[in-house]
Amino acid sequence: MITRSDLPLRVINSSPEAVAKAKKRARLSFRQIRTENIFNKTLILMGLIMVVLVVGIFLTLVVQSLPSIKALGPKYLWGKVWDPVQDIYGAWPFLLGTLLSSFLALIISIPFSISVAIFLGEYHPAGWLPNLLKNAVELIAAVPSVIFGFWGLAVLVPIVRTFESHIGVAPVGVGIFSSSLILAIMIIPYAASLGRSMINLVPSHLKEAAYGLGATRWEVIRSVVLPYTKSGLFAGILLSLGRALGETMAVTMVIGNTSLIPKNIFAPGNTMASVIANEFTEADKPVYLSALIELGLVLFLVTVVINMIGKKIIDRFTND
Amino acid sequence: MNIDSVKFRLGKNRGFQILIYVLAFACVVPLLAILLFIIKAGITKINWHFLVNIPKPVGETGGGIANALVGSIIIILVASVIAIPIGILAGVYLSENRKSKLAYWTRLSTDILQGVPSIVIGIVAYFWLVKPLRGFSALSGSVALAIMMLPIVVRSTEETLKLLPPSLEEAALALGMPFHRVIFKVVIPVGIGGILSGVMLSIARITGETAPLLFTAFGNPYLSFKLTKPMQSLPLLIFNYATSPYNDWHDLAWGASLILLVWVLFLNIFTKIITRKWKVQL
Repeated sequence: MITRSDLPLRVINSSPEAVAKAKKRARLSFRQIRTENIFNKTLILMGLIMVVLVVGIFLTLVVQSLPSIKALGPKYLWGKVWDPVQDIYGAWPFLLGTLLSSFLALIISIPFSISVAIFLGEYHPAGWLPNLLKNAVELIAAVPSVIFGFWGLAVLVPIVRTFESHIGVAPVGVGIFSSSLILAIMIIPYAASLGRSMINLVPSHLKEAAYGLGATRWEVIRSVVLPYTKSGLFAGILLSLGRALGETMAVTMVIGNTSLIPKNIFAPGNTMASVIANEFTEADKPVYLSALIELGLVLFLVTVVINMIGKKIIDRFTND
Repeated sequence: MNIDSVKFRLGKNRGFQILIYVLAFACVVPLLAILLFIIKAGITKINWHFLVNIPKPVGETGGGIANALVGSIIIILVASVIAIPIGILAGVYLSENRKSKLAYWTRLSTDILQGVPSIVIGIVAYFWLVKPLRGFSALSGSVALAIMMLPIVVRSTEETLKLLPPSLEEAALALGMPFHRVIFKVVIPVGIGGILSGVMLSIARITGETAPLLFTAFGNPYLSFKLTKPMQSLPLLIFNYATSPYNDWHDLAWGASLILLVWVLFLNIFTKIITRKWKVQL
């Protein structure tokens, strides 16, 4: 056992200069330790801010939508009439409008985004033309949604109107179909870029085995590449669905903004996001405002769940 | 015809290959259509007057978008000042503490925040800043946009710093450098390319955001420099004027669209060039 007296004694130079020097050095290292601690705490604080933000967003939405949850109850969500002047609030027209436009957009965009993914992942992984295609598709995601909306209003809506008069429905132009077309263009990049990276992960020995058995390229894609990547492609489609559900500006500009239940896919309507954008600043009654915020809460929860499922699938896929 | 014959299978192979080529390249068509149309509609409207004047009332031709340009720049600058330091430090935290419990929650929150619809962030910013301050303000718009910037900056910082060899940091620490100096003088400077590209990408994203500004910055037909007052921004101007029935206002909106589009595409392409040089995955 070592006791204190066994340790070699250090002779301390007690001249005033030496003491001052030692004090200064001690102060410096203390200051350094303090800065270190402050810095570490700042880092933790910054990490904490992200968590607090998300929790804060959720709580704010819940607290602000409490009046409508209390006053209207769960039947608010499938109430068929939205008439704030008469104090009747039913969110079903907006839920239906959101679901219709998003799923229609998804159905339109899937063939295109999967084709881009297969083209870039399987047929031509490298080269200047594929590179150009990849960058161009990624640039679609960069175009601001308000510009998509403006372009849709000026170019796409007249085209849809002529199309509608040809097939014999009311030629309104604006409506769920137009917003689905715009949304379909906007969400192509999300599924395409994820699908491409998933197809790149297919082990080449699987493909080579199929080629060795005499399969054609299409047969390899159909029976090896697509089955192997199906969960990854599904995740990509989920993430683009999440985008489509929350998209606001482009949809608001071309969907027609009526609170009636859409009778068919060409009818004007409203989505949850577009009704918030249109009526939030006009909401003069507390219940009215709070009903709109409840829509925001629903939107928040749905997109969080969809994104989490998508992320889980991607993580499992890439860790295998 | 026998569906198992080699000829049929080869034909099918060829057919699907052509189909995929066609569908893949069809995706470029809308992008080109938008670019060409906006350039065609906007280029004639842009001149010096357009950039330095504020919009004229309905009925008078001319006028410009100076208020929106100034507003956009101010709102984005303030948002960047708020979001960039927090984002970079949170990214540093994530890359330095990969296994800690808080890091897991921070990472999860970042993912969630990235997916939150922008209109929801607008609602929240309204209740956090507009209501307590009793009025729409540019500051609340900046905060809403800062919230949208954060996840992109955090993610790109973390991904960049993950790629750095740990020996770099260890060498600096072994020389007796304090941790915070290691971060500021070694880690961040080495990864600055990747971090910067994340920052630019996030600025490109918020420049075009309209939804969070609807209930926060609100828009303003006049030139304003006050952070506590409503302020116009480019996407807000485009939205308000595009949905108005006046042709003069549509012209202003086309010109503004072209400026916004060129700026956003420039930032994105510039970022792509940097990322290729730095080999960062965003």
